[in-house]
Amino acid sequence: MKRRRKAFIKSAVKNILFTAIGFVLIYPMIWMFFAAFKSNHEIFASIKLLPIEWIWDNFSKGWAGTGQYNYTLFFTNSIKLVVPVLVFTVISSVLIGYGFARFHFVGHGFLFMLMISTIMLPNSITIIPRYIIFKNLNWVNTYMPFYISALFGTSAFFNFMMVQFFRGIPRELDDAAQIDGCGTFRTLIYILLPLAKSAILSVVLFQFMWTWNDFFNSIIFLNDPKTYTVSLGLRMAIDAAQMTNWNQILAMSLVSIIPPTLLFFFSQKYFVEGIATSGLKG
Amino acid sequence: MYMKRLSSRPFNNKFRGMIYISPWLIGFAAFQFYPLLASLYYSFTDFNMLSKPNFIGLKNYIDIFTSDTSFMDSVKATFKYVIAVVPCKIIFALVMAVLLNAKLKTMNFYRTIYYLPSILGGSVAVSLLWRFMFMKEGTVNMLLGKLGIASVGWLSDPGLAIFTLGALQVWQFGSPMVLFLAALKQVPAEMYESAKIDGSSPLNSFFKITLPFITPIVLFNIVMQTNNAFQEFTAAFIVTNGGPMHATYLYAMKLYEEAFNFYKMGYASALSWILFIVIFIFTIIIFKSANLWVFYEDKEE
Repeated sequence: MKRRRKAFIKSAVKNILFTAIGFVLIYPMIWMFFAAFKSNHEIFASIKLLPIEWIWDNFSKGWAGTGQYNYTLFFTNSIKLVVPVLVFTVISSVLIGYGFARFHFVGHGFLFMLMISTIMLPNSITIIPRYIIFKNLNWVNTYMPFYISALFGTSAFFNFMMVQFFRGIPRELDDAAQIDGCGTFRTLIYILLPLAKSAILSVVLFQFMWTWNDFFNSIIFLNDPKTYTVSLGLRMAIDAAQMTNWNQILAMSLVSIIPPTLLFFFSQKYFVEGIATSGLKG
Repeated sequence: MYMKRLSSRPFNNKFRGMIYISPWLIGFAAFQFYPLLASLYYSFTDFNMLSKPNFIGLKNYIDIFTSDTSFMDSVKATFKYVIAVVPCKIIFALVMAVLLNAKLKTMNFYRTIYYLPSILGGSVAVSLLWRFMFMKEGTVNMLLGKLGIASVGWLSDPGLAIFTLGALQVWQFGSPMVLFLAALKQVPAEMYESAKIDGSSPLNSFFKITLPFITPIVLFNIVMQTNNAFQEFTAAFIVTNGGPMHATYLYAMKLYEEAFNFYKMGYASALSWILFIVIFIFTIIIFKSANLWVFYEDKEE
């Protein structure tokens, strides 16, 4: 009895401690949530977390942006950018992962090491020639640089995730399918892909977060406000508003983090699995 | 017929493997390998997008080291950032992982909450939030004011601003934490029990058993975080715009401005190669030092 009570108290103390730490850690987000409903005056005058007066205008005014370019445009652009990138990333990482995990070819080990080492290759070292390539193709101010990079599997992280996944599936499955007359491609589509749902979901989730939050590539390849994504739209707001309507900027910042936040809470299991199995990305 | 298929299979498979990885082969050649060499070539030219590149030898490199004052500013800021961020982030991630390694039904919930900053922290939205919270009349100073502490120039004090940016990075400790958690689960429970019988304190057990056991993951995290920290861009660009007085002019921002504001592509390529070499040297040093402090299980056998 006494021991059980001790254990109960111990876990209660831990829960209180963890809740307190968690509260401090996500306090900035909680604060942003409520500040998005405050008046500008209140944001600077009061440290109370809850708004004295809830102002919903912040969202409609913020959404209107500069008038010429509003957040309907920015969100549409973000979706236009993200969705094809996700599709292309899945296609390329599945094919490449399958190729490395299931086949032996000349230079297999060397090519695999080469691919892994590109995870460490800084983006900024290749960005200038890539910019020139895409500029010569007239792809600046389009989403083609993002699509093409995804289609050709340049994020080795995802290829590696799929390699790890395919390695975890017993080869006997492939052999059985091939004895039954399936070619290697049909084996991949009909036998392995149905098993790969959670691995593919991990790829989709990580790629969604990175592409949605991307700023470095976006600011380089997208210079025309008509093509701006949410990230670039937010950045434009601080140039234009000169810090006068912070409440509207915060309201739009809040809206912009809703999609990744919801997705994360519904699928956090796959994130953790993705990191733990492939061990990559900081 | 059957025999023929069997004998032709190995050859086919070899060929097919190449086909499956061909997207990566093309992507690597066109968007990684070629750009790597091209930027090396550009770094010896005066390429500016307007006219054909002229070969100028080492001039870019000499100019960078002798007559570019903002280069030294960005180097100082970047080293400060890396040296502050990497150890803090890893220690923080490790402490949180050790805390979360407790047997609790609610563990998954806390892990999710603690991971959230890593999901959102790199976005422009959260950088804006950081800028807002740490500005002179921002929330953090207001809270301090209530406690009777004079306001601090988190972003306006040149000595402090880089660490305020660093805090944003340390806050995103989720990925190393998850890796540490996975590693902690691998430590055999018997080892703790026998240590306990021998009268070892929990803290002692941590340093004598846990830490050596997870050093390979510590190494991995240091390498990845160092690589990331050297390339930080969004925070410097959005939170401080490199200021005050270039105190947060991180290297990636310097590179961006030279290349895409001034179109000094040759010059910026030289900058990018310097960064590449520095990251490479750091990685080598970290791996070399690993012989001194990383323990591999099979080594003891």
